[in-house]
Amino acid sequence: MKPQNVNSKPTAQSPGPSRKSIVPLSGQSSGQSHVRPIGGGATPLLEVERLSKFFSVGGGQTLKAVNDLSLTVGKGETLGIVGESGCGKSTAGRTIMRLYEPTSGATRFEGRNIYDMKGTELKRLRREMAMIFQDPYASLNPRFSIADIIAEPLDIHHLAGSGKERRRKVEELLERVGLRSEHASRYPHEFSGGQRQRIGIARALAADPKLIVCDEPISALDVSIQAQVVNLLQELQRSLGLTYLFIAHDLSMVKHISDRVAVMYLGKLVELAESSELYANPKHPYTQALLSAIPVPDPQVEAQKERIVLSGDLPSPVNPPSGCPFRTRCPYATEKCAAEVPAFREVSPAHWASCHYA
Amino acid sequence: MKDTRANGLTKEMFRKLSFRPPAETLAGESVPVWRDVLRRLASSKLAMSGVVFLVLLAIMAIVGPLVSPHDYYTNNLDHTNEPPSSEYWFGTDSLGRDLFSRIWMGARISLTVGLAAAMIDLVIGIVYGGIMGYVGGRTDEAMNKISEILYSIPYLLVVILLLVVLEPSMWTIILALSVTGWINMSWIVRGQIMQLKNQEYVLAARSMGAGGARMLFKHLIPNTLGPIIVTLTLTVPSAIFSEAFLSFLGLGVQSPAASWGTMINDSLTSFTLYPWQMAFPAVLISLTMLAFNVFGDGLRDAFDPKLKK
Repeated sequence: MKPQNVNSKPTAQSPGPSRKSIVPLSGQSSGQSHVRPIGGGATPLLEVERLSKFFSVGGGQTLKAVNDLSLTVGKGETLGIVGESGCGKSTAGRTIMRLYEPTSGATRFEGRNIYDMKGTELKRLRREMAMIFQDPYASLNPRFSIADIIAEPLDIHHLAGSGKERRRKVEELLERVGLRSEHASRYPHEFSGGQRQRIGIARALAADPKLIVCDEPISALDVSIQAQVVNLLQELQRSLGLTYLFIAHDLSMVKHISDRVAVMYLGKLVELAESSELYANPKHPYTQALLSAIPVPDPQVEAQKERIVLSGDLPSPVNPPSGCPFRTRCPYATEKCAAEVPAFREVSPAHWASCHYA
Repeated sequence: MKDTRANGLTKEMFRKLSFRPPAETLAGESVPVWRDVLRRLASSKLAMSGVVFLVLLAIMAIVGPLVSPHDYYTNNLDHTNEPPSSEYWFGTDSLGRDLFSRIWMGARISLTVGLAAAMIDLVIGIVYGGIMGYVGGRTDEAMNKISEILYSIPYLLVVILLLVVLEPSMWTIILALSVTGWINMSWIVRGQIMQLKNQEYVLAARSMGAGGARMLFKHLIPNTLGPIIVTLTLTVPSAIFSEAFLSFLGLGVQSPAASWGTMINDSLTSFTLYPWQMAFPAVLISLTMLAFNVFGDGLRDAFDPKLKK
């Protein structure tokens, strides 16, 4: 297999090897549908197959946080996962990282099921997959210096031969994420949220991973800082050929960074399509409602815009509705929706949705 | 260029000012967390006065009996019940023993009991509580039930039974205090570890493939150190008080060894006549307890400055 730019291969028109620019772009790649099965490029780096994670909540009840989730992420691609709070997207990310053991299903990284891995193979996987966390205040050990935090993957996997090499790598990583090498001796509490998130990114990069699972990396930051962090992530992706699984609830940010976007509702995927296609042409009523909630920076358009306001709350994942999980809040629900679970099917090329009427 | 000349301005009148956006720097020196804690502790006058008192007490416990012209155990029936004087600095007791020496011998016992009991609590509490918190699940449930049962047995009953079975001495008291003393510490450690276990930095370490030992000793235990140290400083005075109390009841150290508790007991029958015999040990017990408590409070505030305001 070819190591670089596998993702941009099918798009004949795409100019040169540059995958994506740092500046926001919309609709640039629309129409050039990458033919993918349930998603994924020619060489999927990560394949998630019918993954479920249930938690026992006592009284014999189970909370179906992730329910029958299937997706693939191609090499060099960014797959965004969006959904409201409690839809299971973080649990999905953590199960894919094997921080939780799944209830059923498989996650294959370069073709090997990660839940079967043991010993050295698992340790190797821990180098190749990294994670960036949501809370920049909770994700750094307050008793570690920045050097110790960033070098932790190096220490765990014995990647730095000497103290000098370790120091050099830490300084390199700090500069790579836009911090100064003198910051290495500082402690987390001396940094702002955005700086801390950069430290978290440097740590994730330390062991040269192939895939980074970003678990809402920007939702705890100010808007101005969000843009900086997202641009940094994109820049790193271009220069290092990284693959991202980008979990977020901010639709406009996800559109900006993702090649494809998956929408989750109540532990299940409801829609998956190329980013521009999904935003231009949402098929599932839930996606339509989500998109209609994005404010438009034009008062006149905003005033005329028709918002789909969902009634009711997210149903409990302990006791999900029969049939289509979204039917209780769907403005178009019929009897069929209560009786039959809609299949997750390809409604148009490379555009998947689970709705009877999509 | 033309315009500038027209206004009578020449190039020479201008100087190029360099402007570079200020690079991101951090103000102040770099401080590890523990140094920050010490700084905050040092800024609390009350806590520092506690520390000073305890240091003085420790020094006196070491040198006090050595500098006194009289030892603590020799009876001198010519000088019974003497008030403080230049010969007997704190006076003598009913058997003519030097109270100054006895007070500092008592301080030795009190401090030893307090520190030894606290250390035993610390070790057992961290191990037991650490296992409960880290392993969790059924193990935690079973171990927690055991500690709850132990805790529900009246502590005085256990202590008295032990002291009856074993010979009363300082070490028996330490043993008796440790039988149930560690439970509180183990609960604190358990709660802390459980809380930290789900912190994102712990998850991050797991996602990087950190092993159990690294997890416990690098991430979990160092971050529970604050509450552990605070609990420790509050365990010491309660152990000291228990020792004094048990000795007062006659269950503690035996004559001629001196403890603050036994000294108070000795002076009980005649304290209206010779009040200094009771005053010295009583005041010292109170001050020691107070010092440990203000020190512990100061430490707690230093570890968590938000708690104070």
